[in-house]
Amino acid sequence: MEERTNSPAARLYRSMYLIRRVEEEIIRLYPTDKIKSPVHLSIGQEAVSAAVCDHLEKSDVLFGTYRGHALYLAKGGDVPRMMAELYGKVDGCARGKAGSMHLVDPSVNMMGTSAVVATGISNAVGAALALKMQKSKAIVVCFFGEGATDEGAWHESMNFASLKKLPILFVCENNFYAIYSHVKDRLAGPGLQARSKAYGIPAELVEDHEPMKLHERAGAAIAAVRRGEGPRFLECMTYRWRDHVGPGEDRIHKYRPDEELNAKIEGDNLKIVGELLPADQRKSIEAAVEKRVADAIAFAEASTFPEDQEVYDHVFAG
Amino acid sequence: MTMSSRADSSRADNRTLTYGEAVFEATRSEMARDPSVFVMGQGVDDARGMFGTTLGLHKEFGPERSFDVPLAEDAMTGVGIGAALMGMRPIQVHQRMDFVLLCMNQIVNMASKMSYMFSGAHKVPLVIRAIIGRSWGQGAQHSQAFHSYFMHVPGLRVVAPTTPHDAKGCLIQAIRDDNPVIMIEHRMLHNVKGVVPPESYEIPYGKARVLSPGKDVTIVGISHMALECVRAKHLLEDAGIDAEVIDPVSLSPLDISTIAASVERTGRLLVVDTGWLSCGASSEILSETFERIGERRHFVAKRLGYLPTPCPTTKILENLYYPSPQSIAQATYRLVRGESAPAWVPGKVDSAEVAEFRGPF
Repeated sequence: MEERTNSPAARLYRSMYLIRRVEEEIIRLYPTDKIKSPVHLSIGQEAVSAAVCDHLEKSDVLFGTYRGHALYLAKGGDVPRMMAELYGKVDGCARGKAGSMHLVDPSVNMMGTSAVVATGISNAVGAALALKMQKSKAIVVCFFGEGATDEGAWHESMNFASLKKLPILFVCENNFYAIYSHVKDRLAGPGLQARSKAYGIPAELVEDHEPMKLHERAGAAIAAVRRGEGPRFLECMTYRWRDHVGPGEDRIHKYRPDEELNAKIEGDNLKIVGELLPADQRKSIEAAVEKRVADAIAFAEASTFPEDQEVYDHVFAG
Repeated sequence: MTMSSRADSSRADNRTLTYGEAVFEATRSEMARDPSVFVMGQGVDDARGMFGTTLGLHKEFGPERSFDVPLAEDAMTGVGIGAALMGMRPIQVHQRMDFVLLCMNQIVNMASKMSYMFSGAHKVPLVIRAIIGRSWGQGAQHSQAFHSYFMHVPGLRVVAPTTPHDAKGCLIQAIRDDNPVIMIEHRMLHNVKGVVPPESYEIPYGKARVLSPGKDVTIVGISHMALECVRAKHLLEDAGIDAEVIDPVSLSPLDISTIAASVERTGRLLVVDTGWLSCGASSEILSETFERIGERRHFVAKRLGYLPTPCPTTKILENLYYPSPQSIAQATYRLVRGESAPAWVPGKVDSAEVAEFRGPF
């Protein structure tokens, strides 16, 4: 969703750097207790959201999860309103009622995210059904982790999307771990691509540390969906550097080898993309992002908390 | 049996429809009025057409607007929510409410919270029709009534119309609402006839209907039990007891004002639920009535509902499981006359829709 005037690498870098810096600021601010909300950070996984969303129009509809900062930012969600939401302030994207786990920005069709694993997937399929019924040119992109594919809802949703040949791209961010449970302890059989293909949905896997290839394959999948060829499935291998929830590291829990994490940090996708750019371009992108992030935090700080009577607002629409 | 209800419309029109026909008419007229309305559910486009309530809609409006779905209640509910988020108005139909348990995650975690969690950025104009089964061997898993589960959750509206007139108006209101609505239909009501105006009209939420006025005791009957309560009222005339029968129509929000005003006059309240008592709709009605008037008006109260067991299949035991006009009349008699009053045996009355039901489901 970044401005298309730059090269793909520049657009990716700007989007990924924004995600990285917003989340680093969240880590910095967390000890102040101004962010009274659980946070599920995407540091290490930025490339997936940035690469996929670079191919989307504002009218395309995006569904994600509680690990949703990256997606919200990559789709062009309002940064000051996101920070205000994390602060629980009235200028937040959901007036403080949502917090980090339920970011929403209808102005860019970033749908509100769910904290119950896999529940948004069938909603995304329903949105794709609506777009088809409305003869819209827009498509739906649905993000989830590999943990969500354990749920029956994923299987039911894949089947229905294929049955109705709906305009939807399923993006699985496979970061190996559902909290601290490794995918090998949860997944039987030949894997997620095979499962997708069993539902008649063409599937592809992209390895981590190949951000430009990911960008290219996401573009191809989205183009196929736009052509009306029905759903596509993209399995994106990725890695979460931080704890499942909270701003900290989680090495003390020993559920994953230090060397595994170290290698991932070493192969930082942000660095890979940054090195594709001339130094001055990189620096100017970074400077612009730094200002956006600082402004967003200042906006959140200056905003006020909602009035007491707002507790009753919006239980029902209308 | 024909149920008369005093229509909100003042037009003198005596056309009668069955409850099922009224549901069909509401659905069809709303589909004709608004292209965003569509129907999805297992079997909605089959030869039975959901007991006639969706029969042939797929032919009239096309297979995109009334279609069968996989046996995947969880995701299909989510699909309905997703379509509703994009401005469509899905009507989902479950021929037995027992299966709606498979939808609970989507209904409770998603549909009910979208407006609140996102401070109005999203809305979910979704109707879920859930049919409660009974009789002719429905057994433990085709007879359950979970309306109280939904009443518990903020962000959901729950309606349980008893008359064909209210069935049509409640469904039209539900379809036009921007919020998720659970419409409870009792299978025993589908063939019951009543006056239904041909034009479109909405039955407002939170407005109970006094089915029959009386001065001695207030009887609140939910869904099919409202019908049984009207029969009990006639039996009670033999004992010289004049009962007021109230149909809540809308369970969430509840019109506690109408019920409480009646109890304030009669000093006696019997709530008869189409469901179990524990933590049920009857508990809610009784406690809200007490909170409303308990400080200034002493009243006695009792509740009737399903026995605290799963529903047995065999008829001889099933008969014990449900409140009947006789058991309702008997309980009312004791409530009014007291435990020391002489014994009274209510007369016999047929609940034809129960006795004649041959389903098969």
